[in-house]
Amino acid sequence: MLNYDLAVVGGGPAGMAAALKAREKGIEKIIILERADTLGGILEQCIHTGFGLHYFGEELSGPEYAGRFIKKVSETDIDVKVDTMVLDISDDNVVTACNKEDGLLTIKAKAIVLAMGCRERPRGALSIAGCRASGIMTAGTAQKYVNIDGYMPGKTVVILGSGDIGLIMARRMTLEGAKVKAVCELMPYSGGLTRNIVQCLEDFDIPLRLSCTVVSTHGKDRLEGVTVANVDEHLKPIPGTEEYIPCDTLMLSVGLIPENELSKNAGIELDRITNGPSVDEYRETLHKGVFACGNVLQVHDLVDYVTEESQIAGEGAAKFIKGEKKSGDYINTQGTNGVRYIVPQRINKETDKDVKLYFRVGQVFKNVRLVVKCGDEVIMSKNKKKMAPGEMENVLIKLDTVKSLPADSTLTVTIEEA
Amino acid sequence: MTKREMVCVSCPMGCAITVELDDNNEVISVTGNTCPRGDKYARQECTHPERMLTSTVKVEGGRLPVVPVKSASPIPKEMLFDAMKEVNKVTLKAPVTFGDVAVKNILGTGIDIVVTNEA
Amino acid sequence: MKYDVAIIGSGVVGALISRELSKYDIKVALLERCNDVAMGTTKANSAIVHGGFDAIPGTMKAKLNVKGTEMMPEVCKELNVPYKNNGSLVLAFSDEEMEHVKELYDRGVKNGVPNLEIIDGDKVRELEPYVSEEVVGALLSNSAGIVCPYELTIAATEVAVTNGVEFLRNCEVKAIKKENDVYELDTTLGTIEAEYIINAAGNHSDEVAKMIGDDSIELIARKGEYYLLDKSFGYLANHTIFQCPNKMGKGVLVTPTVDGNLLIGPSATDEPDKDDTDTTPEGLAFVVSRALKSVKAVNLRGAITSFAGVRAHPVTDDFIIGYSDKSDKFINCAGIESPGLSAAPAIAKYVEELLLEKLSANEKADYKMTREAPVRFRHMSKEEREALIKKNPAYGRIICRCETITEGEILDAIHAPAGARDVDGVKRRTRAGMGRCQGGFCGSKVVELLAKELGVPMNEITKFGGESKIIYERTK
Repeated sequence: MLNYDLAVVGGGPAGMAAALKAREKGIEKIIILERADTLGGILEQCIHTGFGLHYFGEELSGPEYAGRFIKKVSETDIDVKVDTMVLDISDDNVVTACNKEDGLLTIKAKAIVLAMGCRERPRGALSIAGCRASGIMTAGTAQKYVNIDGYMPGKTVVILGSGDIGLIMARRMTLEGAKVKAVCELMPYSGGLTRNIVQCLEDFDIPLRLSCTVVSTHGKDRLEGVTVANVDEHLKPIPGTEEYIPCDTLMLSVGLIPENELSKNAGIELDRITNGPSVDEYRETLHKGVFACGNVLQVHDLVDYVTEESQIAGEGAAKFIKGEKKSGDYINTQGTNGVRYIVPQRINKETDKDVKLYFRVGQVFKNVRLVVKCGDEVIMSKNKKKMAPGEMENVLIKLDTVKSLPADSTLTVTIEEA
Repeated sequence: MTKREMVCVSCPMGCAITVELDDNNEVISVTGNTCPRGDKYARQECTHPERMLTSTVKVEGGRLPVVPVKSASPIPKEMLFDAMKEVNKVTLKAPVTFGDVAVKNILGTGIDIVVTNEA
Repeated sequence: MKYDVAIIGSGVVGALISRELSKYDIKVALLERCNDVAMGTTKANSAIVHGGFDAIPGTMKAKLNVKGTEMMPEVCKELNVPYKNNGSLVLAFSDEEMEHVKELYDRGVKNGVPNLEIIDGDKVRELEPYVSEEVVGALLSNSAGIVCPYELTIAATEVAVTNGVEFLRNCEVKAIKKENDVYELDTTLGTIEAEYIINAAGNHSDEVAKMIGDDSIELIARKGEYYLLDKSFGYLANHTIFQCPNKMGKGVLVTPTVDGNLLIGPSATDEPDKDDTDTTPEGLAFVVSRALKSVKAVNLRGAITSFAGVRAHPVTDDFIIGYSDKSDKFINCAGIESPGLSAAPAIAKYVEELLLEKLSANEKADYKMTREAPVRFRHMSKEEREALIKKNPAYGRIICRCETITEGEILDAIHAPAGARDVDGVKRRTRAGMGRCQGGFCGSKVVELLAKELGVPMNEITKFGGESKIIYERTK
C-alpha cells in the first residue's frame, strides 16, 4: 500500500488545479490518478479558443489551457499516474486503482479530491425512436474522432442540442468539409453562448431550429436520415410538423452528467439537482476528507470557473490534512423561484473567508432582482439584466455575514421582480 | 443607406444592435449597444469581420496523427475556407510543441498558424 | 467446399444445433448472413426462460419448452453463460384474470411444468414489494428463469468452432439447387455443397424453405419493442413479471436481466418488413404504459437504451420442426417465436436425433461440450485481479468505465473462436459500451483495438458489419 497526503482522482483541469493549490499550501505527498494517457482531460480535444479569458486574461485553446497546468504539475514533485483507472474508494479513504505497469494499486490518502469530470447524455436517455444504424453519436465522441484521431465522423450532419459543444462541432465539421444541415434545439432558446451561435452557425448559414427535436432515425446500416418535428410548450412533438432530413450522422449534444459512480459506490451523498456530491464551502463532501470539484461536482460553463473551484477544494484539502479545517455548525443554502441549485450546499459557520455561491437558473430571466435571504431578512440583492440557464451565476457572501447568521439557518437565493 | 441588425457577442448580455451604413459601407451610426465594446464590435462586424481559425494539421511520427493549430490572431472571416485549404496541405514532423509555426503568414495576412499542443 | 451438414442461421437455435453436431465425425458448416452470430431475433427478445405453462398441451411448443427449461441450467453451466432461476409471476388484476391464471395453472400441470403455485395478492407483494397494489393474485412458476440469449449463442458457437465446425460469416444463402443428391448453396461467399441442410434462418426460414420448393411455412413478422433500464432500477423486480397473455403474445413484462438491469417490453405489432427493427414512438409508449400497470415505480429516467426485435410468428401457432415434405435431407426449424429461447436446448437435441436417424455419424474421440468462463474483471476479487494483471498487463487497462471492462477482455473477445469483428460484437461479448454512457467514451477505443487486432484502418471498422461504418476517411 502506498501512502499519500492527497490523492486526486482525475487529471483534467479540476484535478490539476486542486493538486497544485494543495502543493502551494504546503502539502508534500500528492498523487494524481488519470485514466487517459495524458493529463488534460476533455480539454485535449477542445481545440477551439475561448478558454482562459477570466483566469489568464487571454483567449486560449483547450490544449493550451491544459498545457499551462500540465507544465506547472511537471515542475513540481506531484506524482502522476496516467492510463490508471480508479476502481474504488473505501470508507477509510483507501483508493484502489489499476494500470498495466503497476497492476493493482492501493493508496492510503489523508484526503481525496474527486475530479472525474462529466459525461454526455446518450441517445437511450432521450428515447428517440428508430433504427440502430451507425452514425449516431454524441458530439464529444465525434469531436474526439475529428480532433484527436483525425477521422471524419460524418459528411452530412444533423445536430440535436444547441449547447456549446453542439455549436462548436457544427463549425468544426463545416470547416473540415462536412455539410451541417441543421441544429435542432428542444427548448425555445439555445443553451449556448450568443458568440457561438453567431460564429459557429450564422457565419456558415447553418439553421438553428428552436422548439424542435429529432423524433426518429432512419437507415439500415449507416444512418440515412432523421425525422425532426416542432414541439409544443410541453416539449411534446406536434403532429403534422414532421420533416425528413437526409443525413449520415446525428450528433447529440443534449446535456452533461457528472460522473459520480465512484462517489456513489463510496456512499457519498449526491445533490438531486446537480447530480454531484453535496459539499461545504471548501468543497468537502459528507464523507470526511473527500473533496469534489469541477464538472463532477456541477457542470460548469467555463473552465476558468472549474479552476477557481478546484483551487478552493485544493486549499480545503490542504487545511484538512494539516488539521486546520474548522468544523462547527452549518448554514444551509438553497435556491428557489427559478434558482435551480446552489453550490456549496452548506457553509461552515467557522469558515475563514468570504463564500461565493454558484448557481444556475431554470429559464431565461430579464431585468430581475437577485435576492439572498435568511428567513425573511434580506442579506443582499442586486439587479440582473439577464440570466440564462446556459450560464453559471454567482453571488458573494461576506465572511461577516456568514458569522452573523444563526446556526442551522438557511440562506435562500431567489429571483424577484426588479 | 442600409440597416444591419445584429446581436453583440462581446459578453453574455447579447444586446440587439442596429448599425446604419452608407452606400460605401461606412458606418453612420450604432444603436442598441449598452457599452463601448458593443459599438466597437458592431463597427468591426460591418466593415472587416475577423475570426480565429482553429483546426488540426497532419503530423508524422508523433503520438497522434494530427496536432491542433490556431491562427495566432483573428483572420478575415471570408478567408476561413481558403485558409483551411492551406492548413490541410501541411504535414509536420514530430516533435512539435506549443507555438511552433505550421503555416507562416497564411494567405498573406501576416498571421501565422501555430501549433497548440505537443505531438 | 463440401460439408455433410450446412446449418443456415446462427441464432440461438442454429448455434446450439451446431454445438450438438460438433461431437460427431462429420463436416459441419454454420452459415450466417450477418457479420456475427445472434444478429436476428436472438439479440432482441425478453431473455426469459419460460416455465412452460402457456403453450397448448400436446404442441411442439409445450413439449420443447418444458424440456428446454429443464435443460437450460445445465447447458448454461457447461457454457459458463449467466443464468438465473428467478421464477416468474403472471399477475391477475381482477377475479376474471384470476380465472385465467387458474387456466394457466391447469395447462402447466398438463404440460408437466414443475413447481407451479397460485398465490394471493399479499403473497405477490411479499415476493415483489414494488408490484401494483391492484394485483389480486398470480401464478408463480418456480422453474422459470432468465438468461443472456446472445451470450448463450456466442458460447455455443465457440464450442462448435473449437470442435471443428466451420463458422462462415457474411454468408447469405441466395439459392439452393440439388445436383447428384448433393445440395449446392449459392451464397455471397460462393458455392457451398452440403448433403444435409438445417434451416434455422429465423424470420427468413420461410424463404430458405422455398429455395428447395417447400412453401409450406407461413410466417408473420411480429415486432416487439423494449426499454432497457439502468442497473440502479434493477431492484424493482426479482421475478419475471408477466401480465395475463393475449392473442398477440404474452403481454408486456417487467424483468431483471442476468446483468442486473431492468427490461420492460415487448410490444407486439405485425410488420410487412421482417428486417425492420426500428423502434417507434407508439411502440415505446405502449411498453411504458403497460409496464406501469405492473410496477408503478418504472421510470424512464433510468432508460439506457431502447431496441426492437422481430419474432417469426407461425400462422399455425406452433414451432415447425422436422424434415421438409419436399426432402429427407432438409430439416426445418421455423416459426421459433416465444418460448423459442427456452426451448432452444431441447430443439437442438431434437434436431440432432432427427438428423442421426438418417445420417450415420460417430462421436469423435476428442471433443469438448464446455466453454471456459471468459475473464470477467468486474466480478473478480482484489487478489484475482492482481494475479490476472501480473499474468497479462492488458487486463490492467480499463477501456469501458461504466462496466469496468479491460483491454484484455476485449482482445479475448476478438481472438475467440468465431470472435468479434465489429463494435457491437465486442459489446455483446464483453459489455463494453453497454453501460450508462453507451460507448460515448470507450467506443472510439474499441474501434482502435479492433482495427489494430484485425490489421485494418480504423475507418473500416463497422458497428455491426455491412455498411455500418463508424467513421469515414482521414481529415488530412
